[in-house]
Amino acid sequence: MEAIDRVNAARAKGRPTSISFINRIFDDFTEFHGDRRYADDKAIIGGIAWLNNRAVTVIALEKGIDTKDKIFRYFGSAHPEGYRKALRLMKQAEKFHRPVICLVDTSGAYCGIGAEERGQGQAIAENLMEMMTLKTPVISLLVGEGGSGGALALAVADQVWMMENSVYSVISPEGCASILWKDSTKTSEAAKSLKLTAEDLLKLGVIEKIIPEGEQNWDDIFASLKKEFAEAVFNNNCSIEELMKKRYNRFRRMGGSRK
Amino acid sequence: MIKKGVFKKPNNILEGAQENSAIPQVPDKIMTSCPVCKAMLISETLDSNAFICPKCGHHFRIKARRRIELLVDADTFIELFDGLLSHNVLDFPEYDKKLQKAMQESGEKEAVICGRARVGGFDCAIFAMESSFMMGSMGSVVGEKLSLLFEYATENRIPVIGFTVSGGARMQEGILSLMQMAKVSGSVKLHSDSGGLYIAVLTDPTTGGITASFAMEGDIIIAEPNALIGFAGPRVIEDTIRQKLPAGFQRAEFLLEKGFVDAIVPRLMQKEYLVRLLAMHAREAI
Repeated sequence: MEAIDRVNAARAKGRPTSISFINRIFDDFTEFHGDRRYADDKAIIGGIAWLNNRAVTVIALEKGIDTKDKIFRYFGSAHPEGYRKALRLMKQAEKFHRPVICLVDTSGAYCGIGAEERGQGQAIAENLMEMMTLKTPVISLLVGEGGSGGALALAVADQVWMMENSVYSVISPEGCASILWKDSTKTSEAAKSLKLTAEDLLKLGVIEKIIPEGEQNWDDIFASLKKEFAEAVFNNNCSIEELMKKRYNRFRRMGGSRK
Repeated sequence: MIKKGVFKKPNNILEGAQENSAIPQVPDKIMTSCPVCKAMLISETLDSNAFICPKCGHHFRIKARRRIELLVDADTFIELFDGLLSHNVLDFPEYDKKLQKAMQESGEKEAVICGRARVGGFDCAIFAMESSFMMGSMGSVVGEKLSLLFEYATENRIPVIGFTVSGGARMQEGILSLMQMAKVSGSVKLHSDSGGLYIAVLTDPTTGGITASFAMEGDIIIAEPNALIGFAGPRVIEDTIRQKLPAGFQRAEFLLEKGFVDAIVPRLMQKEYLVRLLAMHAREAI
């Protein structure tokens, strides 16, 4: 499979979105709304739920299912209030010693006048800073598209996993092609160059795990994800200090340079 | 006879060339025209005035080293981590060539200069980004130098003063450049948690992944007059919403109005302003 095929699969119509993951992995999901500062962003869904009879906080970027729902969800592109709601719920999780599970599916943070006026950059920056030292386990799963800073704002985690057909990139292949080659038809070349597939990112050490999709049906995928999430958030024997140190080092080692 | 090209026509990279737009350019010709008031300025005069138009106060872009020189006490700057060089980790098309060109054009090894110096007698860690190096974009080396600098400042219990100018994350390093945003933010957080002071000075332009990370993470955030500061670039927003943006949108004054910067401080007043802040945060004063 070429990189561009993964991009298309990640965006494919009919592919389960975050809301399906929430409903089929967790029990009694109870949604909480609003950032307590400005509004409730519909592109981010957050709340608490049972995972194998233990409470966890779940925060998800949701693209929407049909056209009407997609419009309602801003196509999964969050405004600053979305990232601030996410941070509020993470802080709440920290207070009540609940692990946090983030589900990421977005082409990027919302691009518009309101988003800029309300500090899109500042909202994302604050999440990056605060998540790095959040005193509770955090796992992020890329379920579809992971578009740039808007995705990273929910992915400063102890472990980052990707669905086999998800992608994670600093810029969309379309954006890259048009900036670099002034030619938006060179999308597949850009997709390949950006190294945005789960396989590439595992090799680069940017993610810990690929969740296979292959021939499996979604029931099996959700069942195994449930097991893996529980294993990862409840069975780590790290102290909080160790956990934070590991999380920092996880990101600290990323990058390439020569002397 | 006036030679061709004596009057350099401005050319804005971020917003595309527009009439009457404030276009910052470091002049390399004998005469430079101010993009705001159109005054014809002798480049040497402009240089001696810290690249500020003496007629209207427009702040031109300025080299990172010059900024540092304007800020620090004479002969106290020691450059740090300058041995790190970028390489084409992802084997991205034409990246090697672009790096070569950027080094030649900017005379720098990377898009940020880090170091330690005294500012008004106070020990500080300092970084200044270089816009003429691939538009100040952040790849692994920029991220690494900044993380090292914040770690150095944490260890030595000194404040950090940083000048940002950048188009954002460096596309040619793909996901690794995105990860630098989290990495540097982590180092800023540890410095902050240790009680360290970080003052960010946002200059024209500061956009994308820089705004969405360390530019907005200062304890105190100041900006230069009229600097473009935003997450999405203005052209991208215009293309998305298919309408013209209002005048002054994403400029420093707009951010001040919306509550995202503490103050706008003109270039020539920055040293005095920063020294005052350093004095008010000096640990022995507490």
